[in-house]
Amino acid sequence: MSKFKKSKNDGVPELNMSSLSDIVFMFLFFFMSVTTMKEVDLKVVVDVPQATEISKLEKKSLVTYIYIGKPNQQNRARMGSETRIQLNDRFAEVDEIQDYIAQEKGSMKEEDQPFMTVSLKIDKDTQMGIVNDVKQALRKAYALKINYSSKRRDNTAQ
Amino acid sequence: MGNKKLPQPNTSSTADIAFLLLIFFLLTTTMDTDTGITRRLPPPVDEDVEQKVEERNTLVVLVSYDNRIMCEGREIELWELKDIAKEFIENPNNSAKLPKKVPVTIDFFGEVEITKPHVISLQNDRATKYWRYMDVQNELIAAYNELRDELSLRTFGKAYADLDEPHQKAVAAYYPQKISEAEPKTY
Repeated sequence: MSKFKKSKNDGVPELNMSSLSDIVFMFLFFFMSVTTMKEVDLKVVVDVPQATEISKLEKKSLVTYIYIGKPNQQNRARMGSETRIQLNDRFAEVDEIQDYIAQEKGSMKEEDQPFMTVSLKIDKDTQMGIVNDVKQALRKAYALKINYSSKRRDNTAQ
Repeated sequence: MGNKKLPQPNTSSTADIAFLLLIFFLLTTTMDTDTGITRRLPPPVDEDVEQKVEERNTLVVLVSYDNRIMCEGREIELWELKDIAKEFIENPNNSAKLPKKVPVTIDFFGEVEITKPHVISLQNDRATKYWRYMDVQNELIAAYNELRDELSLRTFGKAYADLDEPHQKAVAAYYPQKISEAEPKTY
């Protein structure tokens, strides 16, 4: 009888998997919190212009989007190929913007309302006439903080 | 005495469920952050109230319907605009044609003379293309950013973006951004 018994099981010891689910849950919570589900399906084609002096938009909950561009393939037959405005999931006219902003503002917390930002996602080939109309409507609705959505441009590609 | 324990539920499937959810959120996540040029619109004013600004204090930048740029009565190229704007904002030689300098007290700088009353008026036609307008906006903001950077490098030895908030505010007050996106006009 020796004091040192040899283990009967010479195979690789099995891994303890019980912490796996904890790790997975951690990942899960991370992605759940960074996911933004409110992604409207675009009915207009928007290719934003490029710029160098851009800043990041913080706090997505304070941002309201206005899309301006030509209707995409599916909606072209119905809406024609003229530049249109999209608010949320539908096409709209300029005079509906004020109501839309008021409504969006109303759904925010009161202390957040002064920080409301309107992100203008405008196709680069849009004519300024419609953009001006939208800007005037935003001024009337007191949504003064705006952001012209644009992509970063490399200085070398100029 | 039946000392029965409740049967322990089998937990081996929680990992699978969590994995499913994880994959779902992984696929639906969009990590891209929105970027753009942030501007502040002026509050609405009565139509007939017109602000009087001296001529030397305004720089009119006009973008025509065929996307050409007019500045101070002559046609210019886009790359010229930044330097014109920078000279206009800074007025380095205290020229009588460029904006008037007024004494202002700013933190960290003390009393300095800056071109506080200047306004860059950006005007466009209804048919101007948006990308051209954004190019011009971008150049004007670049002019301000470069001036601020130069100033903060000169005085604090750091780039504007690396300064802390009170210093940044002081530099921003030295070159206040005054771009007026004019009301639409018909020509």
